[in-house]
Amino acid sequence: MRLDSSLAQKRRPDRAALVIAAALILAAVGIGWSAYSAGGIATYSPVGPKTVPYIIAVAMFVLGVLTVVAALRGDFPERERQDVGPMVWVIGGLAVQMLTMKTVGFSIATGLLFAATARGFGRGPLWLTIPVGIVFSFIVWFIFAKGLQLSLPAGPLESLFF
Amino acid sequence: MATFDLLAQGLLVALQPANLLYALIGVTLGTAVGVLPGIGPALTVALLLPVTYKLDPAGSLIMFAGIYYGGMYGGSTTSILLNTPGESASIVTALEGNKMARQGRGGPALATAAIGSFVAGLIATLGLAFIAPTVVKFALSFGPSEYFALMLLAFMTVSAAFGESTLRGLTALVIGLALGLIGIDQLTGQARLTMGLPNLFDGISVTTLAVALFAIGETLAVVAGHRFGGEKAQAIKGSVMMTRADWKRSWMPWLRGTAIGFPIGAMPAGGADVASFLSYSAERNFSKHPEEFGKGAIEGVAGPEAANNASAAGTLVPLLTLGLPTTATAAIMLAGFQQFGMQPGPLLFVTNAPLVWGLIASLLVANLMLLVLNLPLIGLWVRLLTIPKPWLYAGILVFATLGTIGADGSTSMLGPVPVSFGLGLLLAFGVLGYLLRRFGYPIAPVVVGLILGPMAEKSLRQALQISQGDPMALFHSWIAIALWLLALTALLLPLWLRMRGRGKVLAQLATDED
Repeated sequence: MRLDSSLAQKRRPDRAALVIAAALILAAVGIGWSAYSAGGIATYSPVGPKTVPYIIAVAMFVLGVLTVVAALRGDFPERERQDVGPMVWVIGGLAVQMLTMKTVGFSIATGLLFAATARGFGRGPLWLTIPVGIVFSFIVWFIFAKGLQLSLPAGPLESLFF
Repeated sequence: MATFDLLAQGLLVALQPANLLYALIGVTLGTAVGVLPGIGPALTVALLLPVTYKLDPAGSLIMFAGIYYGGMYGGSTTSILLNTPGESASIVTALEGNKMARQGRGGPALATAAIGSFVAGLIATLGLAFIAPTVVKFALSFGPSEYFALMLLAFMTVSAAFGESTLRGLTALVIGLALGLIGIDQLTGQARLTMGLPNLFDGISVTTLAVALFAIGETLAVVAGHRFGGEKAQAIKGSVMMTRADWKRSWMPWLRGTAIGFPIGAMPAGGADVASFLSYSAERNFSKHPEEFGKGAIEGVAGPEAANNASAAGTLVPLLTLGLPTTATAAIMLAGFQQFGMQPGPLLFVTNAPLVWGLIASLLVANLMLLVLNLPLIGLWVRLLTIPKPWLYAGILVFATLGTIGADGSTSMLGPVPVSFGLGLLLAFGVLGYLLRRFGYPIAPVVVGLILGPMAEKSLRQALQISQGDPMALFHSWIAIALWLLALTALLLPLWLRMRGRGKVLAQLATDED
């Protein structure tokens, strides 16, 4: 009985893998359509800028179909349980940094990312890690923007000092 | 002999104080990232690309090569003391090395790894110097169709030949190739897959993709899998000196490891992980003490560590002579060359000989530096292992985003809010990197596909334009045909082996991140 149920579980199609297959097929169609609908530049050459996109689109489509087969056969490796909460903190930190970078400058935006990442890994409190992150990011900004002339966005904090 | 002259001139370049400094920075950084789990040489070189944009080309490339070599040294420290390999090529080292450390023989294990890496690095770098001119002579006769076949072979070995699954390897490759399409077409100036976004006209930057896949993807995988519980590093008890018996048991594995590692790196046949695994199984067969394997046999550390360093040097053969990267790190180094307006390949040996030979000679210097850095100063590196994971990963993300903004600082409007476009891509590809890891897709083929894809397309179109569209032109020479057959073998043979249930070996040979 138990053997049967474990077998049945193994035979159950891998839903997540089917989603991957769908994404591949969708991307393949997108690439193919994009190449097809792009304005053709008149050229005497038999191989133009569309040739390789078509080849890649076909390859991706075939791989997508094969992924469906692999998903139905349960060919994908077993996956560990994942903790979504900590991951949301890290992704959220990256998103906040992306959204604020151009307005508040490198140090503050990156300081928020620093604190959010530490929080995802279970370290806090935020009232302490945010200032620490901002100071750390400011030092990094100073070294790379001033020392190595990397163009990093400056905000109110940076212009306070320079 | 001509090679000696060129190498001597190269040494003069390498010994210039500025270049010595670059080499020292490179090997120090390389050792550090090799020691730290979660970051490897590929990521570090990618992060440094935008930073070095304004620096001296020769110095920057010397630094990149130093990072590559240093990463191979540093990785062994983590494997031996922590049992968590710092980079993928050191997985095998953990098998015996960590057992030795648990028995209080961590010192000799680190010593045989460092000295073995030195011996292998030295021999393999000389091998590189002597083989390169021959390959260059051969490669000068290559036309676009030969280059296309060569890249096809590299695609197949990187994606399909090793690893758990041909399907997932090829899928990763095609994802990279598709990303490589984005931007303005090199030959006609037509915009492809840019979705009308001017930010995408220049294509996806290598730094952004590599940093996202390696740094962000890895961080997400670690944080979601709760893989940051405290694993304690083994303390090094006693001296790092090897006994006479240790030397006697180590020197042959060093040489055998070099003999295995260098050709594997030099042929487009996968990275250092393959070499170290093969060396390990060779040592188990050759050993007079097979019963010690699995319980801390020094041969099992000496051989694989020599092999992975030799293979790192070997990887530079196709990279420098053909412009063909076979690992993720090599692919990013290729992008480094391109950043300075250079295309590695046979012509570079003609047009920029001092730089190429300076780079090769500096590898000899770097090796010596690494031996000094890794033996007497080993205690310093072990301290890196005590950095708590939250701060380590928070710091990694700070530097990851720093490099990304440096590579793509463009702004995009999200409604009324100006947002950083580069960071948006970083986040999107970071999630992609996490999903690839989660579902067992290899990462390296994506990076190699992005960089090599546009080059392969250029060769293909040139070959077909010369022949006015006749595809038979792709097979016009015996070299091209041989390369096509090799590529086909690299695709089909593993498929057949896996079907016959021999896939386990290939899975263990997986070409992973670096």
